[in-house]
Amino acid sequence: MAEQEIKPQLLKVTIDGIEVEVEPGTTILQAARKIGPAVAPPAMCYYQPLKGSGGKCRACLVRVAAGSAKDPRPMPKLVASCLTTVQDGMVVENETSPQVVEARKGVVEFLLLNHPLDCPVCDQAGECDLQNFAFDHGRETTRYEEDRRTFEKRDIGPYIQLHMTRCILCYRCVFTADQITNKRVHGVMGRGDAAEISTYIEKAIDNDFSGNVIDVCPVGALTDKTYRFKNRVWFTKPVDAHRDCPTCSGKVTLWYRGDDVIRVTARKNEWNEVTEFICNTCRFDKKKTSDWTIEGPTKISRSSVISANKYRRDEIKPSFGQRLAAAEYKAIDDERDTSQLGIQQLAPERFAKVLPSALEPEP
Amino acid sequence: MQLTNRSKQVSNKEMTLAEKMYLPAVVGGLAITLRHFFRKKVTIQYPEVKRYLGPIYRGHHVLKRDEQGRERCTACGLCAVACPAEAISMVAAERKKGEENLYREEKYAAVYEINMLRCIFCGLCEEACPKQAVYLRHDRMVPVFQERDEVIYGKDRLVEKMDDRYIRVNNSEVKATPTEPSLTRAAT
Repeated sequence: MAEQEIKPQLLKVTIDGIEVEVEPGTTILQAARKIGPAVAPPAMCYYQPLKGSGGKCRACLVRVAAGSAKDPRPMPKLVASCLTTVQDGMVVENETSPQVVEARKGVVEFLLLNHPLDCPVCDQAGECDLQNFAFDHGRETTRYEEDRRTFEKRDIGPYIQLHMTRCILCYRCVFTADQITNKRVHGVMGRGDAAEISTYIEKAIDNDFSGNVIDVCPVGALTDKTYRFKNRVWFTKPVDAHRDCPTCSGKVTLWYRGDDVIRVTARKNEWNEVTEFICNTCRFDKKKTSDWTIEGPTKISRSSVISANKYRRDEIKPSFGQRLAAAEYKAIDDERDTSQLGIQQLAPERFAKVLPSALEPEP
Repeated sequence: MQLTNRSKQVSNKEMTLAEKMYLPAVVGGLAITLRHFFRKKVTIQYPEVKRYLGPIYRGHHVLKRDEQGRERCTACGLCAVACPAEAISMVAAERKKGEENLYREEKYAAVYEINMLRCIFCGLCEEACPKQAVYLRHDRMVPVFQERDEVIYGKDRLVEKMDDRYIRVNNSEVKATPTEPSLTRAAT
């Protein structure tokens, strides 16, 4: 007899009015992501492939309108959706709650307190989580007048540069270093305003996978030195490619400028997360098309600036106009009495010479 | 059926003697011609004389320098991505030590080219610029070109000359002066 599979009881959660069934232990953020990008709260520090990440940036705050089916009282404060696990019958309000929208504005403002507004200079601009977050949820202006904290730029190894000024202390790179090496010495040094990403990264930098801290960084704090000021993200063309790599999966995205590969990054999923880390050889050394097997253009959402000024052949649809016209077509109500129009109706015999069909009876 | 109330009834009545001579009508016509001789002319001798086109005319592009003469452009690429005609291209470079008096930001445009054949003078680059670097001059037009290799304007023709500063003014009498254009936002 076949073994009876014991299914865990699924929990029903309602997020922004949309119901979803998830397994116990799922967080609100994951449940929302299961529904889709429209209701998923933004995340600056939470990174699914990194164990222990989340709970720091407060970008994903949501309101729990009903705690569970058994205890339907709302939670007293907004909760971080990346850490709060769901309960059966939970009702979550994300963007539908004005309280959440207001709180997010505050979170953006706090994150931007010390973040320099040097997007025109920063290499991350165009694929920056903080830029997207501030654009979607922030205010238009800043109220901050004091001097921002500044640090010197530091080179961490030959390939990575640390701009501590831009860091928002999300700890993602710390968790990455934790995951790729067991020799981690330090995490973040200092406290509060003086907190600073420090030495541990330099210890982990010999590791083959150290380049991934560039990809996990939500802002432009850790950047690729081989790509520094080479180009803007939206002038480059991302292409999925792979190669036989002995150390990693070898699945990457190549960023082309003309015929040159100017940057190699790991592939990101729809939540901007890298699921398969790539090694430094792939990232920094293999910058020739001949090194790679091209799979095809990377899927980029149309709203992204990366897809600006790019015209893929399969996206040009000449029949679009006709289909739109067909969809918008409205039949004209032509039941009018033509005798009222003041048009002198001539006898059909008058046309018989030039238009023989005029004599035929109307259908 | 009456279509308009300006229509005139045509009559076929006999002309008077004065009308038959046609002379008063001829003299009247000549008088009108003569009056126009002494009117103020509405035409100007275009290439030699130019009209003031107003403060919002979009003409020749200029890459502004700041008050210390440093180039404002940081090669962020927003003008190029905003350009509907894809006329702008650029190559960025990092500012080296000792070049602080040349470039305002740590990154600058080593190459900045505008293809004037493509440009439609819409002014979206000016609107997109976060550094108030690119402007379309209201007082100067892009000259006519004869050769194809003349149409791509590099930094040599776009960057503002220190002795020929540009300022947007509302008055045709005021000449360009070496001051900042009115900045609504302070540069960060």
